Amino acid sequence: MPLRTPLHAAHAALGARFVEFGGWEMPVQYSGIIDEHVAVRTRAGLFDVSHMGEVEVSGAAAFETCQRLTVNDVARLRDGQCQYSLLCLPTGGVVDDVMVHRLAADRYLFCVNASNTEKDFAWMYEHRGNATVIDRSAEFAQIAVQGPRATAILTRLTALPLEQIPPFAFGEGPVAGHVALVAHTGYTGEDGWEIYCGPAAAPAIWAALLDAGQPHGLLPCGLGARDTLRLERCLPLYGHELTSETTPLEAGLAWVVRLNKGEFIGGDALREQKRRGLTRKLVGFEMVMPGIARQGYAILHDGAVVGAVTSGTKSPTLGKAIGLGYVAAACADTGSRLAIDIRGKAVAAITVTLPFYRR
Amino acid sequence: MEFPEELKYSKEHEWVLVEGTVATIGITDYAQEQLGDIVFVELPAIGDKVTKDDAFCVVESVKAVSDVYAPVSGVVLEVNDDLPDSPDMLNEDVYGDGWMVKIEMSDTTDLDDLMTAAEYEEFVAREKE
Repeated sequence: MPLRTPLHAAHAALGARFVEFGGWEMPVQYSGIIDEHVAVRTRAGLFDVSHMGEVEVSGAAAFETCQRLTVNDVARLRDGQCQYSLLCLPTGGVVDDVMVHRLAADRYLFCVNASNTEKDFAWMYEHRGNATVIDRSAEFAQIAVQGPRATAILTRLTALPLEQIPPFAFGEGPVAGHVALVAHTGYTGEDGWEIYCGPAAAPAIWAALLDAGQPHGLLPCGLGARDTLRLERCLPLYGHELTSETTPLEAGLAWVVRLNKGEFIGGDALREQKRRGLTRKLVGFEMVMPGIARQGYAILHDGAVVGAVTSGTKSPTLGKAIGLGYVAAACADTGSRLAIDIRGKAVAAITVTLPFYRR
Repeated sequence: MEFPEELKYSKEHEWVLVEGTVATIGITDYAQEQLGDIVFVELPAIGDKVTKDDAFCVVESVKAVSDVYAPVSGVVLEVNDDLPDSPDMLNEDVYGDGWMVKIEMSDTTDLDDLMTAAEYEEFVAREKE
C-alpha cells in the first residue's frame, strides 16, 4: 500500500490522476502536463511535495557532521540560508542530492528525495559522529508554489517579508495562520517558494494558496510537469542523472563540490577524479530528427555506443525533443553529432549548451 | 467520454471503422485520456504487413511510450501523414482527424474478436474501477 500525503483527498477532489512514485501515491497530472508546465513558466503552479523527506542534524557537533556528510561547504551558510548539496559515497558516487537549511549554528534541516529518505537517514545516522540525527519526515508536509506570480500569491497569505528573503534563504512564520518554514527555493527553474508545514495544516494552506492564486491563473501541478520543468532547467534527478555509479563531477555539479573545504566523505575520490580527468560527462542534446529519447536508450557516435540517456522528453517550452545523458568525454563538446537508438533506429541528435531553458 | 456506435473496439483500446475489407484504425478516447498530452506518433509505412495483436504503431505522451497493437491482420493501405506533425490531434479529435492507418484486411473474421460500442463502454468502466 503506497503512502499518501495529507493532501491526497484534495488532489482527488481536483480530479488528479495518481501514480506511485518513491513509495508514495502522488498526483502525476490534473488538467494536463503541458497546461500545468505552461502555467508555471508564465503564471504560477502549486505542487504537493510532501513526499520529500526531512532529516535534522543537531547538537554541538552538527556543523562538523554536516561538513563531513556533504560535498558543499556548510561554513558558507548563515542562519536562515539554504544550500544545494550532495551526499556522496567514499567512491564519489552519489547517495542523494539534498537541500541543507541552517536553522541555527547547531541545527540543520536536510530536505531529501522521497525514495531515498530511509537510505539517506541510515547513511547520515551511520556517519553522525557526535551529532544527533533525527528523521523528521513525518512532522512535515511540503507545498511548493512556483512561477513568476508565486511571490504575489504567497504575499497574500503571510506577513513574512518575502521581498527580503533572497533566493536560497528562508523565513519562519505563519502562512494562512499556520506555522511554517518558507524557503525561497524550488525545482522548476522559476522563482518560487517551498513551504514546510505540519501535516494537519497542509490542507488549509493548500486551499488558501489555490484560492489566492486563482486571479493569477495558478494551476495545481503534478509530478509530470515537475519533471518536464526540471529537465528544461537541467536540474538533475536522483535515479536518472544522479546514482551511486555517477559522481557530481561527471554530472556537471563541480560548482557544488568544494574540494578545498577539508575532509568529507567522497572527497579523496573526487579530488583524484578531478586530477585524472573525467572519462564521461553528462551532456544535453536536442533531437535533430523526429523522435523522443527516453531513459536507458543508447547514445551513439559514429555508429558506436558512447553512452546512455538519463532523461528525455519533448520540451513544452521549446517545442523540441530534448534529453540528458552520459557520454564518453571525447563526444561531450557542444555541437557533437550523436544519435539515439530509438527502438532500433539511430535518430540524429546534437549536443547543446545547457540549460535548455533559462528564466 | 465518447464511444461512437458505428465503430468496433479492441481490448488494447484501439477503434476500428470497417468499410468492406478496409479497416481504419485509431486509439480510443479512453486511451488518449489515459496517455495525456501526446507528443509523438510513429506510424508504419504503406505496404507494411501487420499481424493482429502485434505492435505496429508507437504513441508517446510527455511521460511514456506506448505501443499500439493491430486489431486486425493485413497490409497498410494508407497512413495519416498529418499525425506525426500534429500528434496532439490524437488528444483533440481521436475518432476524426486523429485516425492512424487504413489496413486492407487479410481475414475479416479477425473482427469477430472486437467489441461493440456498448461492450467496450462496459469494458472501460470495469478497467476504471
